[in-house]
Amino acid sequence: MSSPYGTGAYVHIPFCERRCDYCDFATWTDRSHLMAAYVDACVSHAQALRREHPGAIDHVFFGGGTPSLLPPDDLGRIVDALQPTPDAEITVEVNPDSFSDRHARVYAASGVNRISMGVQSMDDEVLVALGRTHNRDNVAQAVRAARGAGIEHVNVDLIYGSPVESFRSWIASVSAALSDDIDHLSCYALTVEPGTPLGASVAAGTARAPDDDDQAAKYEAIDELCESAGLSWYEISNWARPGGECRHNQNTWAGGNYLAVGAAAHGFMDGARFWNVRTPERYIEAVSTTGDPVAVRVPQSLQDRYVETLMLGLRTRTGVDLAGWPDAVIQTAADLVDIGLLVAGGRSAPPNFDQSGRPSQTRDADSCHGADGQRFSLTRRGRLLASHVMSELASHLPDGR
Amino acid sequence: MQFDISQSRCFSIIAHVDHGKSTLADRMLEVCNAVDPRDMRSQYLDTMDIERERGITIKAQNARLTYKNHTLQLIDTPGHVDFSYEVSRSLAACEGVVLLVDASQGIEAQTLANCYLALDNDLAIVVALNKIDLPAAEPERVASEVEKVLGVPAEECLYVSGKTGEGVTELLDAVIDRIPAPTGDPDQPLQALIFDSVFDTYRGVISSLRVMNGVLDAAQPIRFLNTGTVHPVDEIGVRLPVNTPVKQLTPGEVGYLIAGIKNLDEARVGETVSTAAHPGTALEGYREPKPMVFCGLYPVDGDEFDELRESLDKLALNDASFTYAPETSHALGFGFRCGFLGLLHMEIARERLEREYNLSLVATAPNVQYKAFTTDGNMTEVHNPSELPEASRLDHIEEPYSVISIISPSEYIGTIMDLAQTRRGELQRMDYLSPERVEIVYDIPMAEIVMDFFDVLKSRSKGYASLDYEIGDYRTSKLVRVDVLLNGQPVDAFSTIVHTDKAYDYGRKMAAKLRELIPRQMFDVPIQAAVGSRIIARETVKAKRKDVLAKCYGGDVSRKRKLLEKQKEGKKRMKHIGRVEVPQEAFVSALRLDD
Ligand SMILES: Nc1nc2c(ncn2[C@@H]2O[C@H](COP(=O)(O)OP(=O)(O)OP(=O)(O)O)[C@@H](O)[C@H]2O)c(=O)[nH]1
Ligand SMILES: C[S@@+](CC[C@H](N)C(=O)[O-])C[C@H]1O[C@@H](n2cnc3c(N)ncnc32)[C@H](O)[C@@H]1O
Ligand code: SF4
Ligand SMILES: [Mg+2]
Repeated sequence: MSSPYGTGAYVHIPFCERRCDYCDFATWTDRSHLMAAYVDACVSHAQALRREHPGAIDHVFFGGGTPSLLPPDDLGRIVDALQPTPDAEITVEVNPDSFSDRHARVYAASGVNRISMGVQSMDDEVLVALGRTHNRDNVAQAVRAARGAGIEHVNVDLIYGSPVESFRSWIASVSAALSDDIDHLSCYALTVEPGTPLGASVAAGTARAPDDDDQAAKYEAIDELCESAGLSWYEISNWARPGGECRHNQNTWAGGNYLAVGAAAHGFMDGARFWNVRTPERYIEAVSTTGDPVAVRVPQSLQDRYVETLMLGLRTRTGVDLAGWPDAVIQTAADLVDIGLLVAGGRSAPPNFDQSGRPSQTRDADSCHGADGQRFSLTRRGRLLASHVMSELASHLPDGR
Repeated sequence: MQFDISQSRCFSIIAHVDHGKSTLADRMLEVCNAVDPRDMRSQYLDTMDIERERGITIKAQNARLTYKNHTLQLIDTPGHVDFSYEVSRSLAACEGVVLLVDASQGIEAQTLANCYLALDNDLAIVVALNKIDLPAAEPERVASEVEKVLGVPAEECLYVSGKTGEGVTELLDAVIDRIPAPTGDPDQPLQALIFDSVFDTYRGVISSLRVMNGVLDAAQPIRFLNTGTVHPVDEIGVRLPVNTPVKQLTPGEVGYLIAGIKNLDEARVGETVSTAAHPGTALEGYREPKPMVFCGLYPVDGDEFDELRESLDKLALNDASFTYAPETSHALGFGFRCGFLGLLHMEIARERLEREYNLSLVATAPNVQYKAFTTDGNMTEVHNPSELPEASRLDHIEEPYSVISIISPSEYIGTIMDLAQTRRGELQRMDYLSPERVEIVYDIPMAEIVMDFFDVLKSRSKGYASLDYEIGDYRTSKLVRVDVLLNGQPVDAFSTIVHTDKAYDYGRKMAAKLRELIPRQMFDVPIQAAVGSRIIARETVKAKRKDVLAKCYGGDVSRKRKLLEKQKEGKKRMKHIGRVEVPQEAFVSALRLDD
């Protein structure tokens, strides 16, 4: 499926200093000795992918793990191997305490124009409870470093709903983050993942699980604080100043194509989802032997496409266009409008791209409505109850693959 | 060995639960070399899986042994009160009993109840004090208790251990000495009493019987005197304990009969077997045990209704005391109202259905059978709270009472009386069996004992008190039906009939329990308990505010997709009470007795 956001590349960097209690991402804390070989593998894999897919790469996202743990020049080598367009959005996820002025300068020189910083909280007590290594003072410093080096976009990730986090602490974290020079904020409800230290403590009863009502209240607070600071929601967990939206993520939610580089990286190309082998060792090995580290490739069926369109599209402010969908789905959407979970009509247009490939905000909101106005998107209450909305709609899709 | 009536003894082993009947029977089988040592296992006569697993006897079993030129026909009986009808039946085939008393425990409730049954039947009683191998055994003390309470002289009590086998031959000698040989006339028309019938998939009904007069001949057609039906005989035999065919059974013999009968109703317990050619007169049968406890059984998955019906049919083949009739619940769909002899019977039936027939079931709270009298003077039997006539037409309700006998160490008298009082018991009498042990007798509504009375009694008395009950009369009580409403809709499965004084308590507990069990919906769900139109308790399940997954990055799509499908599947298993979606599991947990 093509998306208005072009084609992207996701690069996974599976190294961290310490594992946070809640995190179940593919990352390792004891394999820094593999970094050099890993970067080499990523470079040669990226080169091979570019030979196979010579078209434009419009955005690159370095996610982790902690990409800022790599020597910054090494990260630049991977960017070069991917040959993104000159205007491409290039994002790197960094941790506040492993991101220095030097990182910022070298990144900027390599074309990195967006930093996404894992801050999680501005309350040191909460940070300790989450098992984080940095403190709040690292954050402002890191943001200044990015800005000082001329990096255009800065995002901060926050997590809300730790049982030790009071409502006031949360308001303070959001406000502090918004007072830094950022144009994007991601706020994630703390999720208890099985297999993590947090998951184990909750299962054993030694830690409390986050409370849905507390998280709902905190979510509403974010939305208010962001809107009044000039950042508006464009995906359930993401707010941005106009033009600050992350193109790479928008591409994912729109069902667009992206390549996958690195261990455990997921990609989507030409109607198939796929992911690479999980461990860095196996990734290095696969790239150097067969040259193909893909572990699983799942072609998308028509049914998959419907469901994924709902699952991803509904998360965004643009919503989904149900024109041509089964009547029962449209009727259900209308019922959900009645109970205040959906609104008819998208909330705003997906950004248009001008000649230079930059998003423009010139489209008016109505132009994105489906031909017969069958576009639906979530209300604020609907965003919090999105699973219900999605499963209600999906349950009216015809079964079968 | 040729059967000689004067050398024969028929007896049952009776006792309180767990006093060691089946274990003693094992030793008797061994002493008489009835079982090949390679095939021997503990509680040999407990053959059902559920008996072996729970270590209790549910069905009486008989065996024929040869000992010192005598034919001993023994019946091992269950001790649990729910199955006491098995004991009564067995006694009709005997001239005597071995009354076992655990020497480390003393006389308990079913010791007394079973002893009275034996006395009612004019049977010779041989008392044996069991488990004398235990360090805690006090046979002398228990012997004097026996003398005082049962009137059997202490010096007549035998001391045995079913575990070590000590005293077993002396006990068998006493059986021969003290229990009279059967009498009967082989020349009279045949009269054989069926005292047990079980259904076998391959052979049909297999009945256990005792010949009183006349001769049962495998070659001659038989007639059942009560039903009047005539059948050719497939096989008759004796249990050694392995079924062994014989050509004839003569007076005083206990054996089995197979006559190609496919339905337990045609070979009911209490039936008299005679010959088709020269039918005799019918013997006195038994009073059919009546179900006392009822509950609705519903398949968790509505699609399993047919399987449930078939399984109940099969279960009933082997259990004539259990009843079932289809019923419909608004909340639970199609199911059956089932009647049981008691709570253990109910628990066992349910467990067998779930395990042997692989069903998962929701059981409604057990209730007794009420009699509702309407203002026009009509009476309705109420097996299910929803059958209760409207309050405006209702004149009064009667409920069944029972007479319970509790035997306990005297130190627990206070707490036991307190318990019985709160359960509306009326003290009838209290007798000291010995300075340390007391029997307390109450009249008490059956509804109060079918819930959790026994468990509470056990825990209050640290396990020492025992309970026996007998069905009593019906009495008028101040009873009301408590309904439970979800979002204004009554949920029939949660309705119950209780005494007015307990309505509030039930309502509050149920509402609180449901608040925990009902998942939050898209709107506030009030839970109310009501008596008629009066709300007596109220809780609210607050509307769900958040269910969204915080993050959905590329790698998550497949995983999140699976979650969504799972949710979709879960929805299918939901019951709808008005707009409220209730998972089946919530019914299962809300209706579970132990909370
Ligand atoms: N120490 C000791 N234990 C015994 C003796 N006889 C039975 N037991 C134990 O007591 C328990 C109950 O024995 P059963 O023979 O099943 O008792 P029962 O009277 O047949 O029980 P129900 O049929 O359920 O009424 C078992 O754990 C036996 O091992 C004995 O003489 N000595
Ligand atoms: C994969 S992490 C990588 C970023 C970086 N390593 C860091 O933690 O600072 C991306 C973001 O996901 C969010 N996240 C990870 N696990 C989460 C969880 N269990 N619940 C909520 N958010 C989570 C955190 O906000 C984190 O910053
Ligand atoms: S949250 Fe970030 S820093 Fe923590 S373990 Fe996960 S990837 Fe590493
Ligand atoms: Mg037994």
